[in-house]
Amino acid sequence: MTYIKPRFRHPELPKNKIGFAKADYEGAISTLCGGCGHDSISAAIVQACYELSIEPHKLAKLSGIGCSSKTPTYFLSNSHGFNAVHGRMPSIATGANMANRDLIYLGVSGDGDSASIGMGQFVHAIRRNVNMVYIVMNNGCYGLTKGQNSATADIGSLSKGGAVNHYPAIDLVGLALELGATFVGRSFSGDKTQLVPLIKAAMSHPGFALLDVVSPCVTFNNKPESTKSYDYVRAHLEATATIDFVPEKEEITVNYPKGKSAHVELHDGSIIHLHKLAPNWNPTDRYSAVNRLLEAKMKGEVLTGLLYIDPNSQDMHELENTIDQPLNTLREKELCPGSEALEKINASFR
Amino acid sequence: MEHIRAINDLVVRFANVNGTGSASANNMFAKAIFRMGIPVSPKNIFPSNIQGLPTWYEVRISEKGYLGRREGVDLMVCVNPQSMARDVESVKPGGYFVYDNTKKLHSEFIREDIHYIGIPMTAITMKHYSDPRQRQLFKNVIYVGALSALLDIEMDVLKGLIEGQFQRKQKLIAPNFKALELGESYVKEHFQYPLDIRLERRDNVGDQILIDGNTAVALGAVYGGATVAAWYPITPSTSIVGAFEKYANRLRKDPETGKSRYAIVQAEDELAAMGMVIGATWNGARAFTTTSGPGVSLMSEFLGLAYFAEIPAVLVNVQRGGPSTGMPTRTQQPDLISSAYASHGDTRHVLLFPSTPKECFDFTAQAFDLADRLQTPIILMSDLDLGMNDHVSPPFEWDDGRQYDLGKVLSAEDLENIEQFGRYLDVDGDGIPYRTIPGTHPTKGSFFTRGTSKDEYARYTENGAAYVRNVDRLLKKWETAKKHVPAPELYQQENSNDYGLIFFGTTTYAALEAMEVLGEKGIKLDALRLRAFPFNETVREFIADHKQVFVVEQNRDAQLRSILINELDLYPRQLIPILNYDGQPITADTIEQLILSHYPQEKKHDDIHQTQVPAS
Repeated sequence: MTYIKPRFRHPELPKNKIGFAKADYEGAISTLCGGCGHDSISAAIVQACYELSIEPHKLAKLSGIGCSSKTPTYFLSNSHGFNAVHGRMPSIATGANMANRDLIYLGVSGDGDSASIGMGQFVHAIRRNVNMVYIVMNNGCYGLTKGQNSATADIGSLSKGGAVNHYPAIDLVGLALELGATFVGRSFSGDKTQLVPLIKAAMSHPGFALLDVVSPCVTFNNKPESTKSYDYVRAHLEATATIDFVPEKEEITVNYPKGKSAHVELHDGSIIHLHKLAPNWNPTDRYSAVNRLLEAKMKGEVLTGLLYIDPNSQDMHELENTIDQPLNTLREKELCPGSEALEKINASFR
Repeated sequence: MEHIRAINDLVVRFANVNGTGSASANNMFAKAIFRMGIPVSPKNIFPSNIQGLPTWYEVRISEKGYLGRREGVDLMVCVNPQSMARDVESVKPGGYFVYDNTKKLHSEFIREDIHYIGIPMTAITMKHYSDPRQRQLFKNVIYVGALSALLDIEMDVLKGLIEGQFQRKQKLIAPNFKALELGESYVKEHFQYPLDIRLERRDNVGDQILIDGNTAVALGAVYGGATVAAWYPITPSTSIVGAFEKYANRLRKDPETGKSRYAIVQAEDELAAMGMVIGATWNGARAFTTTSGPGVSLMSEFLGLAYFAEIPAVLVNVQRGGPSTGMPTRTQQPDLISSAYASHGDTRHVLLFPSTPKECFDFTAQAFDLADRLQTPIILMSDLDLGMNDHVSPPFEWDDGRQYDLGKVLSAEDLENIEQFGRYLDVDGDGIPYRTIPGTHPTKGSFFTRGTSKDEYARYTENGAAYVRNVDRLLKKWETAKKHVPAPELYQQENSNDYGLIFFGTTTYAALEAMEVLGEKGIKLDALRLRAFPFNETVREFIADHKQVFVVEQNRDAQLRSILINELDLYPRQLIPILNYDGQPITADTIEQLILSHYPQEKKHDDIHQTQVPAS
């Protein structure tokens, strides 16, 4: 592998609506293992941001600790990044979001980071419906410490060191649905066609958007029997629907056969088109999503796609009734009540 | 029997049952005395419980303005049979025991050397009120009425307080007046009044206010421009965010839309609370959290991150008795070391030590400037006594021309004009680098914030030399901090004794009183009140100027003394610990006795210096 990224770019590379080439959304060269699923997810993030014409500095990328959490270095180098402590990215993102509601917050986490050490913060960020995209790069193991089982590992799976996992896997998607998450999706790092529109839809969703992305660990957990391996996922992939994300005010060009398609309009006028593959499933019905997920689980399928979306989602700022102007732009004039008010307060304590 | 005669110099203690509405009656008692121009210092002594356990309210009244706690109760108002044995015992010989004599007092509670004043509080309420809840509540007002006659509290002042309290519930004014009068008239019909211990109006309060430290912190946060408050409930810090919400709701609403210019997040735990603060400040807002010792333990992980990644944060630690859950409703100053050096690795944090509500207000507002200027956590070290009890304090002031010091933050224009932005580059030589806020510029100024080692350009590195450059720069920043934090207060123009006295925070009240008392005995100590960590040159010089220095603090291990020795490289025996750690605020008497036990007799004076102090 080469670790030097060419600085030279073809001058006629296509540009998006705001004049940025795809290269403008890239980051440093990855230091993850060759073939790591995480790198594919990074590439999908770059693609989604390019296609959505996001100004790179209007996005903040945050992560915890672990292989997954290293990835923000590998995309969007013009965005501010925050590599928090292990499992604590949700609280950093919550505070950041409170301070400035105008940025897009992209959180990247892993199964150790979210399903174990950071479970409490993960759960509460969902509960508060913090307006952010939360991608879990889920490989069922602790890569950075050499392959211990994580809490999303399958029952009976062997760690690299040979330890058997006796405990059932935590399904973050099922948990999120139960908690009342307003946007829940699952995807596979090897399925860019599905992942890119899912990320775009998640970025447009006003609230907490969970994307649990199965991302095989080529070094420690790509064994054929692992449900997080390339072979298993490819053999057992089951999707709720094919997805097209149409940003606001763009012409709708895709036609879907009647009866099998669904449209979800987002607050900003964007539309998610879904070509439904799963029967008895409705993207805006939590009940059907939970049922469909369980059905797939019983059959040993990895159900992917958009599982649930609440089109009436209200994010934390709406729930808290905070001012439209970002709080970090307010100064003395808007914040300090002044000496006259203070004198009245003094008087009330005499 | 002994008779205590005292005007405006007494301790009154109320023994109540938790959850019976006694707090507002007791507050009214203290506030009335304050309004009569006499300094008061009320203290809540309460259990970690909501209803049913004994709780006390102790008011020291001192026209000299001694506002620390004092041992010995001159007058006890006992309405709690549970604690009666203890309460009888705590009265000074010659003192008074006011109790509910609806039932006859058992002989075991009779002492020969105190005065008993029986008032049939229950019987009176049964006769005059029908609602059971009212009977319970007005019993409290009845004893205040009784005290007004016994101690000469001006009835008009009490009535004025009731009118103020029930401005919006006018209906309640008349029955409250009635309860006051029932208590007053019972005393007037049955006892000689006033007692030999009593009050007289004075003009010793001036324009001061009576307020608790937690409310003062909350107001400091409103005035200091905090927009994000993230917190997790824990005694004794809890009321800060409650007060912040109250005042922000009143003073921080957008007049046009009614929307909030602040956000309050009750976090899932203290870890998350600190994370939210760091996220918000990283993003350019002013944010704070409030907690007590156990919360600081949980926040340590993030404090280390904020120190190393250089992110502003304001943390208010309202200390309580430790370790572990410790004494959650008792006061101490036990978190000095754990706060100063919170987190693993080489870390150190700026601490501020307020000793009055005024300083709680000032230092909190200043903490936001310091955090932004120094790009590091600032920890305000309050305690239960300061935070939850009312204190006489100078009124709060604000200069309307004051601007927030947001520190070294680069704008988009600044970024256009510099060649290469280095997040951790020491451009000015003061150890403080420049930072950028996310969203500032499309192609310049972005960087990665992380808790791992990095070079001047925020690039991850495991290079030893780069690591050392970075952590040594943090030391330089620490030196710079000394110039920004509040300077210590000295109590003399020139040092005149071989012995000095150092104190800080709530210890100040008792320490100043002890100094006066010792002064009357001919021992005039030089004194210094610490107001911040790191210590500046004044502290070093003060200690160097004295052969020995008494360090007064409220913890077992003399933690401030250890920090002084550690930071200023002192000979340990130069510092004599003066300690109190039973959970009650330290008294002047304790300080005086402990100092006297170490203070040399005239003849031994020189010997002691020779044996205890190094030759240099």
